[in-house]
Amino acid sequence: MMKVLVTVKEVATVEDEFEIEGTAIDERYLGADLNEWDDYAIEEAVQIAEAIGEDDVEVVTVTIGPEDCEQTIRQALAKGADRSIRVWDDALEDAELLDVGAKTAILAAVVEDEEPDLVLSGVQSGDDSFMATGVSLADAVGFQWAAVVNSLDLDTEAGVASVRRELEGGVEELTDVTLPAVLTIQTGINEPRYASLRGIRMAQRKELAVRGLDDLGLDSSVVAGDLRLTGMSVPESESDATVFTGGPEETASELAAILREKGVGQ
Amino acid sequence: MTDVLAIADHRRGELRDVSYELVSAGRDLADATGGDLHLVVISGTVDAFAEKLNREGVDVVHTVDHGEEFNHDVYAQAIVQLYDAVSPQFLLAPNSVNGLDYAPAVANRLDLPLVTDTVDLEVDGDTLVATREMYGGKVETTVELTGERAAVTIRSAEWPAAGGTGEATIEAFDATIDEDAIGSTVTGFEEVAGGDVDIGDADVLVSVGRGIEEEENLELIHELADALGATVSSSRPIVDAGWLPKNRQVGQSGKVVTPDVYIAIGISGAVQHVAGMKGSDTIVAINTDPNAPIMDIADYAIHDDLFDVVPALIEEFR
Repeated sequence: MMKVLVTVKEVATVEDEFEIEGTAIDERYLGADLNEWDDYAIEEAVQIAEAIGEDDVEVVTVTIGPEDCEQTIRQALAKGADRSIRVWDDALEDAELLDVGAKTAILAAVVEDEEPDLVLSGVQSGDDSFMATGVSLADAVGFQWAAVVNSLDLDTEAGVASVRRELEGGVEELTDVTLPAVLTIQTGINEPRYASLRGIRMAQRKELAVRGLDDLGLDSSVVAGDLRLTGMSVPESESDATVFTGGPEETASELAAILREKGVGQ
Repeated sequence: MTDVLAIADHRRGELRDVSYELVSAGRDLADATGGDLHLVVISGTVDAFAEKLNREGVDVVHTVDHGEEFNHDVYAQAIVQLYDAVSPQFLLAPNSVNGLDYAPAVANRLDLPLVTDTVDLEVDGDTLVATREMYGGKVETTVELTGERAAVTIRSAEWPAAGGTGEATIEAFDATIDEDAIGSTVTGFEEVAGGDVDIGDADVLVSVGRGIEEEENLELIHELADALGATVSSSRPIVDAGWLPKNRQVGQSGKVVTPDVYIAIGISGAVQHVAGMKGSDTIVAINTDPNAPIMDIADYAIHDDLFDVVPALIEEFR
């Protein structure tokens, strides 16, 4: 039986207009959502299970987060993951910023417990965007890896993942990676499904295990990272744009005049 | 222990611009710590690369002659060995797709704190103060590292490219690469931006982003493009959703375009998108959010709902 572990994060989302309180965004302007990149990672894992046979592949998700994020985890279960692990601890509650090293230590302990053949992780999270946890995790557990994957073809017989890595400037690198491996998944690799009603019902009955740092054999000191968040501000607008104001007819007409001046639509 | 070691980025025989930006960022750090700036270039035509990297402010360029193209296992092994030899305070890598494929592994192996995608760096006594964005660029944060050493990746186009000619010594570094530990093999490269339309050739681009909400609403954008005699392009989410083919994507992983007029509709202007269109002669932004980053580079802006403005604009050109 093949096992695919997907790292799933619930990210904080921010409204267009917001206020900053100290080194954080005022909670009134924050929402929560399944990390966009992880949505693609979940879909990729579920598609692997569907292609190989759902009885031959187990899809497990792992999330570091408080009880509040179980709704997000249930989304992953509703989309087709088989069971989930949520890691939380009082020590994590107090941490302001969980850095790459801390996340790596926690996820590495889960990987060592679960012994997956493949770990799929989003390229980045939409909130703190370190873009580093997947590769750091791979190195910590001695897996192979590939970062920024936008196409995945699995040869389970040979134990090889043939991937495309999305480089800058419209170039893709074709790479063969030996399993077990961690792949960081880029948006666009697939079309994430919406959970079906049946999926949502089934998700309620799926296993969602909660583990503390103790359960993972970790000391609470892993949480104390080396990074401290000391400031947060809104970047100063450098805009010197001419802004057209008024109703849509007015603004469109003013813009049209400028465009005609530039020879557009002539 | 006060030195800085920066890792050059190259691909398919060319040094990437961020390599010279690493020289600027690295020189600033080395000035603050009172150390030397070391560069390392790994794989490819390392001697030719080293000559080019010898710009003002570089003290030593190390070359690791092993293989042609990027392989993260070769990079990780070589960097760890060179790190032990040089013993720098700061390790600097590009926040490029390849940088992100080795820097986290190197930091883990060396047990270094890692801060990625930085846009500014300062040294304050024993503390490294890094500036980086969060929430897709909505806020800027400062992060402090108090450890003695750190690994840092820098965002491209945030530091100026170093110029001039330096007086660096060029030293071949004899890294021992364990071939058995290499678990991935590059089998080729492919250009993905081909196809029927080359958005790089267009004089006028009507570019659409997430604000369009639904695939069927794209019709509005095509209508506007027809009325203006323009070509349709887009930001990443539209291509990710499969609503437009990959050859229409403007940005870091898509195409870099420089049309006479670029009309960004419902595009917030994430840094990856801006990297692909900031060289346009005239930039127009239509977006409900007056604080969207696209406004920073727009020449003309309308802060209003695209579903009201675009139909009115189509009327203007009918």
